[in-house]
Amino acid sequence: MTTPATPTEMMTIAAARALRADDICFVGIGAPSAACNLARLTHAPGITLIYESGTIGTKPDILPLSIGDGELCDTALTTVAVPEMFRYWLQGGRITLGFLGGAQIDRFANLNTTVVGPYDKPRVRLPGGGGAPEIAAHSGQVFVTMAMGTRAFVEKLPFITSMGHGEGGDHRARLGLKTRGPTRIMTDLCVMEPDPESKELTVVSLHPGATRQEVRDNCGWTPRFAANLAETPPATDRELSVLRDLHARTKKAHSGG
Amino acid sequence: MAVFASLSEAVAANLRDGDSVAMEGFTHLIPYAAGHEAIRQGRRDLTLIRMTPDILYDQLIGMGCARKLKFSWGGNPGVGSLHRMRDAVENGWPRALELEEHSHAAMANAYDAGAANLPFAALRGYVGADLPKVNPNIRTVTCPFTGEVLTAVPAIRPDVAIIHALKADRAGNVLIEGILGVQKEAVLAASRSIVTVEEVVDDFGPRSPNATILPSWTVTAIAVVPGGAFPSYAHGYYKRNNAFYLAWDAIARERDSFAAWMTENVLAKGPGDFAALAGLRSEGPRS
Repeated sequence: MTTPATPTEMMTIAAARALRADDICFVGIGAPSAACNLARLTHAPGITLIYESGTIGTKPDILPLSIGDGELCDTALTTVAVPEMFRYWLQGGRITLGFLGGAQIDRFANLNTTVVGPYDKPRVRLPGGGGAPEIAAHSGQVFVTMAMGTRAFVEKLPFITSMGHGEGGDHRARLGLKTRGPTRIMTDLCVMEPDPESKELTVVSLHPGATRQEVRDNCGWTPRFAANLAETPPATDRELSVLRDLHARTKKAHSGG
Repeated sequence: MAVFASLSEAVAANLRDGDSVAMEGFTHLIPYAAGHEAIRQGRRDLTLIRMTPDILYDQLIGMGCARKLKFSWGGNPGVGSLHRMRDAVENGWPRALELEEHSHAAMANAYDAGAANLPFAALRGYVGADLPKVNPNIRTVTCPFTGEVLTAVPAIRPDVAIIHALKADRAGNVLIEGILGVQKEAVLAASRSIVTVEEVVDDFGPRSPNATILPSWTVTAIAVVPGGAFPSYAHGYYKRNNAFYLAWDAIARERDSFAAWMTENVLAKGPGDFAALAGLRSEGPRS
């Protein structure tokens, strides 16, 4: 008997389910990478995974610790230089789906990975944007996966590293963007989607065992819930075993074992 | 034509206090041995340029070699923060560090523009993002054909580019395979370049006609340093040592533990110590 999914596992599984075999997916490191490879190893074996290190169509057997691990290059269809990756493939409009994580998110799915506190005198200096600002702009649509908590899901971002829906409504279109922006947020408690008009994130599905109150308690703004709020189908034995095997292989490889 | 030199000679001849220097490597081929040589030689007031400053730049910053960092993502990938970089930015220790921060797309375009001898790069960048508010080097330019307003960033033209590569032939041509990053662009954009390689071969042998090769006349100096990218990796030679990247977090977290580690593992060591670290034979090139 498989032990039930932890909240973090449920987040990864919910994120993986959202991916399709025909997606051309630009993969962020960490949680997005786990979800993308789980999808590839379960229901979407044909998915094209692209990492910003230039690896196109990569099929890693273990999860990379870094965006440029050798495993990505060894298993890729081809590897291009980084300027080409950002110019031809991302800005060129070839990516259907960008998959990002972040340190902080607001109700319009804008992301912060730059600083907490003032930019010139930060309380916490975070790594910065990397590829995210342009992945958020140029991918056909964007998925985000992040664990909930009041320090992560905040009322107001101290810094907008990557634009989601800006101030909401048609803000993206007003800035000339033709892409859809964030369309789905997979957390450890629920799935959120932007309201079609206001673009404010709305909880559309609660994971098994999670409650509305838990979501409220872990969100820095008062979250809206969809009228037809669903329950996320529980993790299947196959999803759990593939994910746990992937993590076990990865841990063994990274510890030098 | 590239000159073959010891790493010590190559760094002493080409990297000066106050230089802007790009020690590039996108996870792969990071020039750790050369960076450690710069630390041992006591270089100061460097402007460090790199898309993805990781442990090597954490070490240079923590040892007080840098006055400025131009970058687009500064962290220990998959692990967390660069504690020495954060200490410099948040507390000014061991000295204040000026930041010029971009996105990857902007940095990659700026290297490309540098290699192409253009003054700036144009891209569709930073839409709706806050970085243009805090970085005066992110500006706009209007397309003369369509009227579209595009982002402009200055070309990257470092005084010195330092990279690790796989191998050189006896004429000093340099071969790079695997994840290419901006290795080629950095060398072609820079005034001078230092390339460390795993080995020197008589002939590169069978290869794709599209292999990435820096001709000898584009490189200033080559130093043979087997294992010189450790704990980064060299495609086909040794793997990335992810266990070291995980261990660095605890080493760099405190100033004292960092200083002790640097004394023992950098100041008291030399380029010849890298082969053993990378799990290679220490004598000469592999067969």
